[in-house]
Amino acid sequence: MAEPAAAPAPAAIATRGLNLWYGDFQALFDVNLHVKQGIITSLIGPSGCGKSTLLRSCNRINERLGYVRTTGSIEILGQDIYAPEVELVQVRKQVGMVFQRPNPLPLSIRDNVSFGHRLHARGRRVSRSRKEELVEDALRKVLLWDSVKDRLDTLATELSLEAQQKLCIARLLPVKPAVLLMDEPCSALDPKGTEAVEELIWELRGEFTILIVTHNMAQARRASEETVFMLIGKVIEHGLTEDIFLNPQHRQTADYIEGRYG
Amino acid sequence: MNPQALARSRDFDHRGRAWYVDRAVTVFVFIGGTSAILFIGGIFAFIAREGLGFVFSEFDAGEFFGSIAWRPTSALDATYGALALIVGTASITGLAMVVSIPFSLAAAVFIGEFARGRVRETLKVLVELLAAIPSVVWGFIGFSIMNSLIIDLFDVPIGLNVLNAGIILGLMAAPIMTTIAEDALKAVPDGYREAAEALGATRWQVIRKVVIPAAKNGLVAAVLLGVGRGFGETMVVLMASGHSINLPDSVFDSVRALTATIAAELGETAVGSDHFRALFTLGILLFMVTFAINLAADTIMRGIRRKGERGRP
Repeated sequence: MAEPAAAPAPAAIATRGLNLWYGDFQALFDVNLHVKQGIITSLIGPSGCGKSTLLRSCNRINERLGYVRTTGSIEILGQDIYAPEVELVQVRKQVGMVFQRPNPLPLSIRDNVSFGHRLHARGRRVSRSRKEELVEDALRKVLLWDSVKDRLDTLATELSLEAQQKLCIARLLPVKPAVLLMDEPCSALDPKGTEAVEELIWELRGEFTILIVTHNMAQARRASEETVFMLIGKVIEHGLTEDIFLNPQHRQTADYIEGRYG
Repeated sequence: MNPQALARSRDFDHRGRAWYVDRAVTVFVFIGGTSAILFIGGIFAFIAREGLGFVFSEFDAGEFFGSIAWRPTSALDATYGALALIVGTASITGLAMVVSIPFSLAAAVFIGEFARGRVRETLKVLVELLAAIPSVVWGFIGFSIMNSLIIDLFDVPIGLNVLNAGIILGLMAAPIMTTIAEDALKAVPDGYREAAEALGATRWQVIRKVVIPAAKNGLVAAVLLGVGRGFGETMVVLMASGHSINLPDSVFDSVRALTATIAAELGETAVGSDHFRALFTLGILLFMVTFAINLAADTIMRGIRRKGERGRP
């Protein structure tokens, strides 16, 4: 049996003793997770088990709430992102995020794609042709270019949900993040959209480390290489997806996968 | 006996107390709701009847808009040049906006985007309290405190001038503008902020590149309502502007405003006289300008509400 920790690949995301509280409520308990570079890892578990919380800790977007307290550490590519000298902007440059509901900005399609890149250009001039190139490359990569190339200046919020979600993935690409976090990226989409976006995520495998939260076990099974099962704020089991689904080591994992709860 | 047999047609026709109360309330709220139309129509008709006579018989547009000679009480040669009054109102309102726009937009951004929890709630209540201060109190502050302050600070002979009235009016218009602007910021879906932050935007970048563009129409409406408020305000400009007919060269000159002229003179004119009707013409002018401003603000706000429903992520 392949034990994932035995492989010597360096960690894209490594958490050590991560605890997290929303006010008085503890949502994560001593999470030690080791997410390998360049593969797709899915996070599964019943509602409220802390999988979204864990995901949202990895780019510190959780902190917007203001009443979140964290102990322990999260390292992205070896850098502790909770270290005091770390700048949030740099964390978010390395770690892109796709949300549950597609959330394009109320700007044109073009501006949505170049938004992140413009932020991180930090005043450096980027030539117009270079910008056009970035936009085209990103949209091509998410298979959206052909359907939107003639209307790059229309509002992104008017696209279909599926196209919006693809756009939300596209806008991360020019920033060149190392890690992509996805919080149930298909839950707002119809089956056709889900299939298209899943295919796209699969295409991005290798180039990015992808950590994806999903409610949909079939999705985890067909669209990820490793799977992490969480329950009540704790990581119960982490292994190759096929092992988790065919040969779970914990009874709780087996029960969840067989649909006895959740 | 079968209870269904007891139900007679009479039972279905029975109008109980609840039915009458419902009817009465319906009629009452209908009257309340539609009275706004009645009042607007009534005011239109009233002002038109009193002022239009002058407009058609003696009104001289060239004199009204081109002359600064407002001499309605001259026995021999009464003239009704409103230019100085129009310029007076415009200069005070203009300065008020210079004061209140940066002030209130900054306050709205702070309350809406930076302040959290109790600070935010406290500030909102305080701003609303500020909006409730009677204008005569503001006028009093202008008349007593600001007057001597301006004389001392700038070494000018009189402190009742455009600067005084403009600042006071600006402070007075700021709370309402803040409240409306803050509503506009609040209407921006939080998902936009989260998305921009996750892409690495700083708080100021989120505000400048996402929130303000998304709330643009609401912010414009807030400013317009502030302008409308300033235009129609009477007591402050009467007390703090110096109330002298004058085309101002600088902010240290006294001026007289349209509203203040009506308030000060109407009581001393004979009903139906030329002077009386000239004042009503000023009223028509004011009414048309504020009506247009409010209509524009309202149209813009309705526009965003519609768009908001469509474009929500």
